[in-house]
Order: sequence, then C-alpha cells, then structure tokens
Amino acid sequence: MSHSSAVWPARATASALLIAALASLCGCWERPPVDTVQSGFRGTGSQQVIDPRLDAQKYKKNAIPEEIPAADAEGPPATVIFQNVQVLKDLNIGQFTRVMQGNAAWVAPADQSCNYCHEAVMSSDAKYTKRVARRMLEMVRHINKDWRSHVGATGVTCYTCHRGQPVPEYRWYINPGQSAEGGLIASNAGKNKPSTVAGLSALPGDPFTPYLLGSENIRVQATQALRGTDFSSIKQTERTYAFMISVAEALGVNCNYCHATRALEMWDQSTPRRATAWYGIRMVRDLNNNFMVPLTSTFPQHRLGVLGDVAKIACVTCHQGVFKPLYGVSMAKNWPELYGGDHPVWETHPAAAPGDSAAPSAAPTPDSAKAPPTAALVAAH
Amino acid sequence: MAEYQNIFTRVQIDSPMYPGVPLPRGGVWARKGGGFNHLFGRFGDAQIGPFYLGTTGLLSLICGFIAFEIIGLNMFASVHWNPVQFVRQLPWLALEPPAPANGLHIPRLQDGGWWLLAGLFLTSSVLLWWLRMYRRARALGMGTHVAWAFAAAIWLMLVLGIIRPVLMGSFGEAVPFGIFPHLDWVASFSIRYGNLFYNPFHCLSIAFLYGSTLLFAMHAGTILAVSRLGGDRELEQILDRGTAAERAALFWRWTMGFNATMESIHRWAWWFAVLCPLVGGIGILLTGTVVDNWYLWAVKHHVAPMYPHVFAPVIDPATLPGAPK
Repeated sequence: MSHSSAVWPARATASALLIAALASLCGCWERPPVDTVQSGFRGTGSQQVIDPRLDAQKYKKNAIPEEIPAADAEGPPATVIFQNVQVLKDLNIGQFTRVMQGNAAWVAPADQSCNYCHEAVMSSDAKYTKRVARRMLEMVRHINKDWRSHVGATGVTCYTCHRGQPVPEYRWYINPGQSAEGGLIASNAGKNKPSTVAGLSALPGDPFTPYLLGSENIRVQATQALRGTDFSSIKQTERTYAFMISVAEALGVNCNYCHATRALEMWDQSTPRRATAWYGIRMVRDLNNNFMVPLTSTFPQHRLGVLGDVAKIACVTCHQGVFKPLYGVSMAKNWPELYGGDHPVWETHPAAAPGDSAAPSAAPTPDSAKAPPTAALVAAH
Repeated sequence: MAEYQNIFTRVQIDSPMYPGVPLPRGGVWARKGGGFNHLFGRFGDAQIGPFYLGTTGLLSLICGFIAFEIIGLNMFASVHWNPVQFVRQLPWLALEPPAPANGLHIPRLQDGGWWLLAGLFLTSSVLLWWLRMYRRARALGMGTHVAWAFAAAIWLMLVLGIIRPVLMGSFGEAVPFGIFPHLDWVASFSIRYGNLFYNPFHCLSIAFLYGSTLLFAMHAGTILAVSRLGGDRELEQILDRGTAAERAALFWRWTMGFNATMESIHRWAWWFAVLCPLVGGIGILLTGTVVDNWYLWAVKHHVAPMYPHVFAPVIDPATLPGAPK
C-alpha cells in the first residue's frame, strides 16, 4: 500500500511534536494533587492553592534555630561592665551577652563569630559591621515596639531576615533596568524584560522603588462606577500589578489571600489580612528610608547596588515565601531584650489595628518532621 | 475505489491550471505565478495562484514591512543587538507607547515616537489590505462580506490602539507592541477598570467568540456527516433541497427541536464572528471614557451581586486617624 507509507512520516512528525509540547509543559508544572483552602464566600473561588510538596520543603527551610537560654533577670547593667554601649543600655549583663550570642548565631558567619563585628578591643567601632549591627538592633526594637500593626504580638528577631547569613538572602537594589542603546532607540520604560520579582512577567522590573522607597499611590481602581474620580493610567496600574505580584510571591499566597479579586479595591470585601499588609508596606517604607538609606555611606562599596544604593527591604526579606515569617512561630516571644524600654509585655497584646494579628497559638513547635501547618493556619484566620 | 477528502486526502485532485474568470482590467502585477503543490493538495486545493498583488496590496505589504521593522529593530536594540538574547527574550520584548505625561503630543522617537510611527504604518497596511479585499471581491462580482468581517476586526484594533487613547487624552493608554507586554496590558486594563468580566459588552463578545467556535463545529460536522449524500454541494442544496439537507435538518430538529437552513447557517456564522470584535470594541471604548469600575457598575445595575461578608468589616487603614503615610 503505497499511500500508507506516505502517511507515516506525517504521523510520526505530528506525534513527536505532541510529545515535545507535553514535555515542555511538564517543565513548568506542579503535579497534582494540590490542596485548596476556602478563604472567602462560598462559590466565589476565594481559595488558597497550596502545593503540599513545595510547602513541605518550605517548612523545612523555615525551621526555628536552637533556643538560647533566657538570661538571669538579676545582674549589673551592661553599661557598667562594657564600654561604648549605645543602644542596649537598658539590659543587664546577662541579657546583653545573650543578644550578642543571638547575633553570633543568627547573623555572623560561623567561622568568624564575634570577630565579624568586633575588634580585639570589643568597644571599638572600627568595623562597619558593628556600626550597621547597632542600627539594626535599633530597627528590630523599633519594629517590635512601633509596628505592632504589622508584626502583631509575633514580633521579629534578627533571625527573621538573616537566617544565619551576614547579609539577608532576600534584599533589593534600585534596578536601573536594561537600558536600551540610547540615542534614537525607543526606551522600554523599565519593563518589557523578564521581571524576576513579578512572576517572570514583562511588567516593570523594579516595582519596589516607587512604593517601598517612594510613596507613590498603589491604589489605581476607581471607587465609583462612572468616570470622574480616578485618573490613574495603565502604566501606573502595571507598576501596582508588578508590586502586588511580588507581594503574593513573597508570601506564597494567591491574590485573594487579601483581596476579593472581583473588587480588588473594596476594603469592605477584603480580608483583614489586607489591612495587615497595608501596615506592612508602610513599615517597610519607614525601615528603608529611616534605617537602610542612612546607612549607605557606612557600607563598603561591594555591599552596594550598581547605582551605589544600599541593600533594601521588601516583603520577601522577612516572609521568604511564607504567609507569616517562620510560619507564624514567634521567636521574639522569648527575646524581651529585643523590645527595649519597659520590657515586653506578653500578657497585654495591644489590638493591632484591624488585622488578624493574634498570637499564632495554632502554630506548633517547629518540627521539620511534621507536616507544614499552612492549610490549618490559613483556614484558621 | 479512491475517495475524496478535503484534509489529509490520499487522492490528489489534478487538473489543468485554471487562471480564473476573465476580468475587465488587471492591476500592476495582476495574475502572476501559479503551479501545483502536492503538500497543499493534501490540505486543500493543489493549485497555487494566480496571484494578484495590485497597487493597494503592494503598498499594504510595504507599510506592514516598515511597521514590522520598526518594532523588530527596536526590540533587537533593547537587547543590545545580541541575537541570542533577542531569541531568548523575544516574548518579553516590546515597543512601548509614550508615557502618560506625554498626553496626545507627538513625542520624540525614543519617547514613544517609534511606537506612534509603527502604529501609523500598521494601520495604513491594514486599511490598504481592507481596500484590496473589497476591490478584489467587487472585481469578481462577489459580495463584500469578507471585507466587512475584516473591518469588524480592524474596528477593535483601532479602538485599542488609537480611538480610545485619543478619547482618554493620552497615547500612553494604548497597547504595547509585544507578546507578553500586550498580555500584561490586558490584565492591567482589567485591574484598573474594576474587572472587565463585569463589562456587558465583554460578556457579549465572549458569547460570540465561543458561539462562533460552536457554530463552526456544528456546521462543519453536519456537512461532513451528510457529504456522502451530496450535502457538501451546499450551494445546490440551498436552491434545491435534497435528501442531505432534509436529513441534516431533521437531525437537528430531533436533537434540539430547531434547525438552521443550508443558507441561514452561514449568516449565523458570519454575524457571530463579526459581532465578536464589534461588541468587544464597544466595550473597550466605554471603558475609562464612561465607565471607571465595571464591577461597581454591575452592582449598581443589579447585574452582579454584592457578596455577603465572611470577615468582620475591614476598614481602610488610610482613613483612620494617625495612620502612617
């Protein structure tokens, strides 16, 4: 049969193309089954999609480090024993030493420990790392004291960002974009390149500068049906969209963790988490402008970005892909030293503005052998 | 015995070259070329040509080529003329419209001028091609249905690219020329205007789009199913209904109680296809110029429900006293 032999190569080609197409799809594919957790009114598709296998890996990565025993409440003030104490003046010798131990365990490289910041003369400020660390301790106390609207009673420690590394893994610098050739070549408006912080879309590659350094308005949706109140452009929207993707990725959640996606701008249809995030954005803006940027000249050149700007904070710096950093386990609870002033006060939790910032009592003790609590925690709130 | 099929046919229909009906007068390069191609014969007619380029066709191709080059060379320049990166990043690259601050002024080439020029040449190319279609149909003594269907698509393109941006007072509202960037634009457009799924013209457009595919499948399936009874001779069946038409009609009356006729099914299909971009264009044109938030519009007009609250009411923190900036 001559005709069937003529058909054969066509069929083989078609099959090969089909297999190649399927194979290329599998490369960017998370295999089923995934868990879904309802997070809004029934039937509206308000649900979080959780890949239990990825979640298990993340959970392992977010294990809590070994606890450093609490300091004795009695003891001479640190200022009496040590010289040049500028920030931790309210601590006694035991508490002060405990913070130093924490820094060594959470921040300093293992082979350098104390020497990463200190000269042989401990009080010397010669090393830039010590001068930065001092400001960072102030920042941690500032967050725990003044930003309960975002961190709630969970609080933060150095470990929340540093995770055992001298420079937190997730940080950002101003991205000048891949400038075009110049001259008569069209500019690409900071977009139209694979945006690694915005889900590999072609949206703006640096959605942080406008919102986490500057205070450009994120809101681009009109609050009334007809024209007349809102004149945001599509390009503003693209920046907002890129930024919101970066937030969702930083938290490992879907848009509807905070929003009703049919009406993104409506507060009365949003989840309480949106208010928590709103404070978070202001918090990061505050930290970048008042703590990181003033440190620019303190850092050596190799710690700065291509434009000579300091490393800055974004949501992912603390969250690292988890809806609550370290799955909501509070390390700060056992670190009154990182609150400052008239010590922490775990019995009174100031109601953190309309967020769901109650202490995560549902959070189990960290145990990487256990299943991640994501589904249970997401559902609980 | 050999059987004839339209696609993947095992039989090649081979006939002398047919140059077409005599025409009053030709164009610049009227009726050039022609021949037979075995591969084409597997999918449709094996005869290639004769071609008719003509003045409008030639100008259209030139304008289209200029637009293609403006877009492509700017994309290439944006990866510093690196051919490997050009291929790798091609889906992300784009020629961007001017910044919103530019309004409707003519920008410098690097600030969106290239985008405006590319749009001008692309529009010229498409309109010239439309004219060519119209005139070729007339020259053959045909109706101009294809040209008007094409015009519906051009309407949507022009609404997106120039009519709505002009009404909004900013070229920056228009769509970038790029693969992913134009998709990001679509998503952002929906976000900005309160969810385009609540735009009734968007709803209609989707209905006509999916309706078109449904009608296409129903019609093609029906004709193929009765072609053994002569049903593929649709024109004859329109004028003189034979057993194929009777059976096809009865099939649909049996299965859904109603049937289109051999002629009306083509009008159904044409209108569904044409209405898809036509109403879609109306929906885009109203967005931002009249309606600023389609979800709120839909709630206002009882199209969409306001869903019950499942959380305690959330207050906009920006409205609270002493809120951080």
